[in-house]
Amino acid sequence: MSFSTWHEFLYMGGHYLYVWSSYGIGVVGIVITLVRPLLARRRFFAEQAQRLRREPNSAEVAPDASRSS
Amino acid sequence: MNRLKTLWHRLGSPRWFFEISAPWAIGAIIVGLIGIVVGLAWGLAIAPPDYLQGNSFRIMYLHVPAAILSQSCFILMGLAGAVLLIWRMKLADMVVAAAAPIGMVFCVLALLTGAIWGRPTWGTWWVWDARTTSMLVLLFLYFGVIALRQAVPREETAGRAAAILAVVGMVDIPIIKYSVDWWLTLHQPSTFKLTAAPSMPPEMYLPLLISVLGFYTFFAGVLLFGVGNEILGRERRTQWVGELVRSRAS
Repeated sequence: MSFSTWHEFLYMGGHYLYVWSSYGIGVVGIVITLVRPLLARRRFFAEQAQRLRREPNSAEVAPDASRSS
Repeated sequence: MNRLKTLWHRLGSPRWFFEISAPWAIGAIIVGLIGIVVGLAWGLAIAPPDYLQGNSFRIMYLHVPAAILSQSCFILMGLAGAVLLIWRMKLADMVVAAAAPIGMVFCVLALLTGAIWGRPTWGTWWVWDARTTSMLVLLFLYFGVIALRQAVPREETAGRAAAILAVVGMVDIPIIKYSVDWWLTLHQPSTFKLTAAPSMPPEMYLPLLISVLGFYTFFAGVLLFGVGNEILGRERRTQWVGELVRSRAS
């Protein structure tokens, strides 16, 4: 352990502003990277479920047909 | 050789790729996050302070992985772009689409933490030297790839335009890499080299290594998940996605 007290750890030898703002930005970046695709997936399933309810008899194409269109 | 060929053809099947990659994506995200937390906590609390920089050097455990990853991500996009242009493989286009926003976030992270680290270390937030400028160019390349994909209405044309920019933009990567050796700069040279021992004691570089590996694993997981989203979006009218939606809804 490099620090003996909590205060010393938070104070970072006077560099607390630089160290903790960097790590704050880092956490924000990681959370954005993680949450964005998770929300996109949820939205996709919600939208598609709604579409299927709206048009229950909509014809679905065979697995690979979408690629030729 | 034959098995390699089958794999190559299977990569052309979005459904196969989606089903194979889904568990790997979640697993890599979890393992990567654990690695990041361990590496960063170790770097923040346990690693000894630098004899010159004191505790501000702890920014390195975030700055270095973000910078390495933003460059690796662009190399991946360039290679995927080349695959798209040469073999017209759709999966390559999806990789470019999913990777670009992730790489952009890491690039912003590297630039911001670099600026914050520069203030107590160099006495300035920003210098227009080779390393920082070429890194800023990388950010604009990310903007370019993302903007091209959104600005061009026809999906296929948009993908090809973004792929061309990703391939051409790879020129920036060696410039970033060697900028600290070619030009006079405030930025310190690389910590890790394949050909030499690290310039740091193990109690400093071990947490960095864990952090870098954690970031890579996390990136791989988020990327696979993002490619999965791309596949679902493009295949939304197919039967297998319809069944997936129904099984989720019930």
